[in-house]
Amino acid sequence: MTPTLLDSLSAIVGQPSLLTNREDLIPYGFDGTAALKGTPGAVVFPKTTAQVAACVRLAAEHGVPVVTRGSGTGLSGGSVPSPGSLVLCLVEMNAILDVDVRNLTLRAQCGVITQRIDEAAAPHGLFYPPDPGSLKISTIGGNVAENSGGLRGLKYGVTRDYVMGLEVVLPDGSVARLGNACVKDVAGYSMKDLFIGSEGTLGIVTEVLLRLVPRPEARRTLLAVFDRMEDAAQTVSAIIAARIIPCTLEFLDKMTVCCVEAYAKIGLPVDCEAVLLMETDGHPAAVEQEAGRMAELATAHGARSVRAARDEAEALGLAAARRNAFSALARVKPTTILEDITVPRSELAAMVAFIAQTAEKLNLQVGTFGHMGDGNLHPTFLTNERDAAEMERVHLALETIVEKALDLGGTITGEHGVGLAKKPWLKKQVGDSSYALMKLVKSALDPRRLLNPGKIFD
Amino acid sequence: MHCGMCLPTCPTYDATRRERHSPRGRIALMRAVADGELSVSKSFAEEMSYCLGCLACQTACPAGVQYGQLLETARAEVEASGAAAAPARSFWRTLTLKVLFTDPGLLRLAGRLLRIYQQSGLQSLARKLKLTGLLPANLRSLEPMTPEIAPAFSDENIRLLEAPAGSAPRRHVALLTGCVQDLVFSDINRDTADVLLANGCSVYTPREQPCCGSLHAHNGEHALAADLARRMIDLLPPERFDAIISNAGGCGSHLRHYAPLLADDPSYAGRAVLWDSKLRDIHEWLLECGMRPPEARPFEEAITVAYHDSCHLAHGQKVTRQPRELLAKIPGVTLQELPEASWCCGSAGVYNITQPEQSADLLSRKVSNIQKTEVQYLAQSNPGCHLQIARGLAAAGSVTQVTQPVSLLARAYRREPAPHPH
Repeated sequence: MTPTLLDSLSAIVGQPSLLTNREDLIPYGFDGTAALKGTPGAVVFPKTTAQVAACVRLAAEHGVPVVTRGSGTGLSGGSVPSPGSLVLCLVEMNAILDVDVRNLTLRAQCGVITQRIDEAAAPHGLFYPPDPGSLKISTIGGNVAENSGGLRGLKYGVTRDYVMGLEVVLPDGSVARLGNACVKDVAGYSMKDLFIGSEGTLGIVTEVLLRLVPRPEARRTLLAVFDRMEDAAQTVSAIIAARIIPCTLEFLDKMTVCCVEAYAKIGLPVDCEAVLLMETDGHPAAVEQEAGRMAELATAHGARSVRAARDEAEALGLAAARRNAFSALARVKPTTILEDITVPRSELAAMVAFIAQTAEKLNLQVGTFGHMGDGNLHPTFLTNERDAAEMERVHLALETIVEKALDLGGTITGEHGVGLAKKPWLKKQVGDSSYALMKLVKSALDPRRLLNPGKIFD
Repeated sequence: MHCGMCLPTCPTYDATRRERHSPRGRIALMRAVADGELSVSKSFAEEMSYCLGCLACQTACPAGVQYGQLLETARAEVEASGAAAAPARSFWRTLTLKVLFTDPGLLRLAGRLLRIYQQSGLQSLARKLKLTGLLPANLRSLEPMTPEIAPAFSDENIRLLEAPAGSAPRRHVALLTGCVQDLVFSDINRDTADVLLANGCSVYTPREQPCCGSLHAHNGEHALAADLARRMIDLLPPERFDAIISNAGGCGSHLRHYAPLLADDPSYAGRAVLWDSKLRDIHEWLLECGMRPPEARPFEEAITVAYHDSCHLAHGQKVTRQPRELLAKIPGVTLQELPEASWCCGSAGVYNITQPEQSADLLSRKVSNIQKTEVQYLAQSNPGCHLQIARGLAAAGSVTQVTQPVSLLARAYRREPAPHPH
């Protein structure tokens, strides 16, 4: 980066908000994804949309790529900087601007921590359901850019389902406001939807207008323990077939249960084959009935035990423990390579069994957990990035599992995004014409390929 | 693993929102040094010094990363490389770490001289005449922070061996008196001995104890720390006691991790493992022994108390439940939960001296949380926190007094109508 560019950046954001020293830059070389890194040329911390726009215009003038980042918790390498790029770190744009109880909306800057959104909604009896695993530190802008999911996807959907409007800085530095507070709006293309899940390759989300829903009055959390993986999968199928839509239907295999228990110490059984974490919310009477029915179905399908959380604290503890599953798996080996494949729910049992067989065949350790209710699985290979031979087998396993997921009519990524990690398989999944269409959109909006280059596709 | 779950628990990341000031960022820098991508620069040294070492990240880390050990290793690297070297710094490090805090006799002598300065009127005279202004800048800012030295130290307050009155002891424990605790809070050591006696323990307290080595280990002096650990094990052979009791959060956190420090020393490795297994925080031990609830109140009037978790008791030793349970068992004590109870108060060993600005910010956050509760007493269990929070409350004109759970408990036992029959 030239001194002229750095001086101009400093003039925009102020000297303390521009980082250029090696010791300052190295910690921005990665996100939450294992084994991917790259050192940026500089990091800036804009505080306003105008500053973001000015930085983008300036970078465009100098032909320097721009990589946007929130808290760096992404799991597909979406915010790993390309070498020499300008990183726009938006954590200082962290104001909640408005909670509108008449329209049930919340307006916030992009750097607000996800958990704070729901905390701001709660006192008004409102609820922001999307709850990605990293909600304590992830930013809402990052959630929108990745279209993050979470534990409540089955009943409540994902981030996209709650975005009503966006403010976006485009690759040329102009600012667009997309969508509005209207429940119905069919004026032209739904441009906001183009930017949700675009992984920072089309524009930079600076402000969001979110839809809130009434806070459920009651909630029940159950933990069912199984000695056979198939029984857990069958229970899930039975619950769906019984026309019950719980808000959460999470599954953890034995390896994951052991690691989570070692961290959280909440009394999970470490001698079982699988655990189902089930949660239902809504009207108290309905919740009571659904919880009872789910417990019956689990028992009927071979659950060794079904236990209900005694109180809110225990329920929250169980959900928090599940959210930490990915990180807890790093207790076994230093590098955790996780997948995000999703298959139609009817194919779940087959997919889970295939993952276990693949790991065994290739002599690899794997922990599998995921959102069984929506078919989204996270097989996580436990390895060491410094062991080249094993890493090669891990990549082979990933390849095999992704092929199988596609064969079963699934997707390569349910909620983490393509980024760098899933890039090799995108074309295979979407097909030639869809792939070409995606590239056409990219080149129409960002012809010079300056925003997050090399992510999603080359 | 670099998932970022530690970020929201890190006080320096919270204050700055810069990755380098987070556990994940610091580990990335350590890794860059280990991989030969970065040298141990001045900036690296400053970063390692900017960390509070509060270990909140260790509690938060689902992957079980032992950040404390990594930090100590990195600080040792910094010392070995000379990246932080400056003449004044080496003088003070040598005086404190290598001289005062290895020789308990000398430390007490320094304490006595300081007390003479404080009690003879010299201190107030010097302050009135503004003579303290003649001190070099770093000492000048330290002078008002010097704690008031206790009139008598632990060796004058506690006999070598004390046994419970009226009955044979059920358990035999050794009591660690600490360094700062001994000089400033020897009354708390007395209180600790008393509550142990009231719970049927015989208490062995060597009159002269060296520093446990925590200051040295936290500041990159590994060899000295190992040496002090050996001296402690010789002084208090772990085979002889049911438990070795620490009443200072910071010391205890280091004291229960002698095994990794002495793992390479064949003549001490085994005893260090035994030592670690016997080491107990006082609250932990009392609850484990089925603490006898006192029959009296600590004061005539009922009091309100909030509990502050010292970082190294909560995160270093994972003792959070027991002090609260202990307080709840004392009649006439209403326990109120303190907002952000386990957020660092900024004392952090010598952090309030090395990083005064960040320390002051954390202290005012702590004081404002305490003021929200409007309690009469703030209980905690670490001399560093005690001094820091007391200073902060006094400066804010608060009437809340700082105390320790064991002090309230000891007061309650002392106010019981007659000696307990057991």
